Amino acid sequence: MNDMQFLSWVRGTGLDLAVGIFLLGVIWRLIEIYSLGRKKDLAAPRHTPGASGWHTILRRSIPADGLLTKAPVTYIAGYGFHIGLAVVVLLFAPHIKLIQGLIGISWPALPSQIVDLFAVATLAAMLVILVDRITKPVKRYLSTFEDWFTWTITFLPVLTGWLAVRHLLLPYTTMLAVHILTVELLLVFLPFTKLFHAFTVFGSRWYNGAVNGHKGVPV
Amino acid sequence: MSHNTSFLIANLARQGVSRRTFIKYCATLASLMALPPSAGRAFAEALAKARRPSVIWLSFQECTGCTESITRSHAPTLEGLIFDSISLDYHHTLQAGAGTAAEAAREAAMKANWGKYLVVVDGSVPMKDGGVYSTSAGVSNYDMLMETVKGAAAVVAVGTCAAFGGLPMARPNPTGAVAITDLVKDKPVVNIPGCPPIPVVMTGVLAHYITFGSLPELDAKGRPKAFFGESIHDRCYRRPFYDQGKFAKSFDDEGARKGWCLFELGCKGPVTYNSCATLKWNGGTSWPVESGHGCLGCSEPDFWDAGGFYKALSMSASPLILGKGAVLAGATAGVAVALVNRAKKRAAKAAHETTTLADLEK
Repeated sequence: MNDMQFLSWVRGTGLDLAVGIFLLGVIWRLIEIYSLGRKKDLAAPRHTPGASGWHTILRRSIPADGLLTKAPVTYIAGYGFHIGLAVVVLLFAPHIKLIQGLIGISWPALPSQIVDLFAVATLAAMLVILVDRITKPVKRYLSTFEDWFTWTITFLPVLTGWLAVRHLLLPYTTMLAVHILTVELLLVFLPFTKLFHAFTVFGSRWYNGAVNGHKGVPV
Repeated sequence: MSHNTSFLIANLARQGVSRRTFIKYCATLASLMALPPSAGRAFAEALAKARRPSVIWLSFQECTGCTESITRSHAPTLEGLIFDSISLDYHHTLQAGAGTAAEAAREAAMKANWGKYLVVVDGSVPMKDGGVYSTSAGVSNYDMLMETVKGAAAVVAVGTCAAFGGLPMARPNPTGAVAITDLVKDKPVVNIPGCPPIPVVMTGVLAHYITFGSLPELDAKGRPKAFFGESIHDRCYRRPFYDQGKFAKSFDDEGARKGWCLFELGCKGPVTYNSCATLKWNGGTSWPVESGHGCLGCSEPDFWDAGGFYKALSMSASPLILGKGAVLAGATAGVAVALVNRAKKRAAKAAHETTTLADLEK
């Protein structure tokens, strides 16, 4: 298989398989999670200001008092790489073209140099997060294989994409194919790992907020 | 048919090319091939003294576009003159002889220049059904190739069909076409792909061979690095528009009129290595992207099967067919798991035993 055949495979059969598994997994997990349901809370609801699903969605997005200074890496690098990922994935012209080809909607792109800057910042933030996880004994103790694995499959698409654009390490065609392949790996594993929080984060925050809000506790 | 006695420089002089023009050409060629300045002089000296090297040109499954490109690009050019000045002892399209006479010329050239002649191959070789899909003088392309390369110094695969299989090898490849490098393993082979290739690349390789007695440095796909070392995208004059995110969305919109990047219209420049952006075509007049059409990627293997000429490189190469089935399967799996979970819950509820005060006092 030469580099063009490799590229055509990842753009064709590989993408088809990855998107298929991704859709299958996402629909399956969403139905599974939201059909679990909870027992009816028979107690009368208590009304406390600031205690509701919506409040919790907002509150959990902002560092709690004092935590920003106690755990700056978690917040700054964490937010940094999430925002960076969103910019790189959603505002790079070739990515928008792919999304347009798949679902028909498009939006304006950012200049590639700015996307490049975000890619570098994202990689740096992710490396900081990794070093923090390794060097902090508690974080390291709490980490399982899944944590290292999901970090890796999130990091690789950004790294290979940046290497491809910069023509580093491998010839562009091969690196582009490797980049698309790593994205496909991410798509395949996303629904079945903790990366599924991309779909459930606000739903679960709302649920926690609503359940506790019923008891009059703002969380 | 062989005219190995006339020097190339004399030939050029007869056609009105001055020594100054010739030396300028050699210097340009050396610089194009990223060779040191001294190589220009070496080119000039070697080419001037060169006796016309014997070249046997074999045409297999091809469209003659490569020959057209080199011989008719624009007239007269130094490339064309140098090309005319080799001893082209056998060429289907250009030779005057036919039938037995033509084949005899090939055999005579091989015999007279055994071990020294160049074989230029244009077109892919059909291997299916004993190679019956392309024959000349009753000989299959495969047999003619293998017989002719036996005494060759080197083989030059001109055009994408010869270099990588090209159109004949495109799916479903009905003739079982293969590239020259799939068959010739014991001789140096240089690939000059393109549909058609750029004329100066062809003469550059010939000049290098005549001057240094060897083929130029090749990349992983057997192409001269000097001409195929950089991608179209990296050398494209429209590249700043790509970087700025300015794209033509159709061939006649405002972006197209302003000369913006053609990536979204399917340009394969980022994965295509060739010199079109720097050498251009037709004597430096223009090239595909300058004329408003994206690069097709014609100097890369399998460019016919790379997902369509008008699809952006980042788009899917073929329609995604698993999506609907996957959604259905996912929904089925989700509902099935949900039902199992509900059943577990019901079973837990049913199995729940109430505890009374009496139980606790037991």
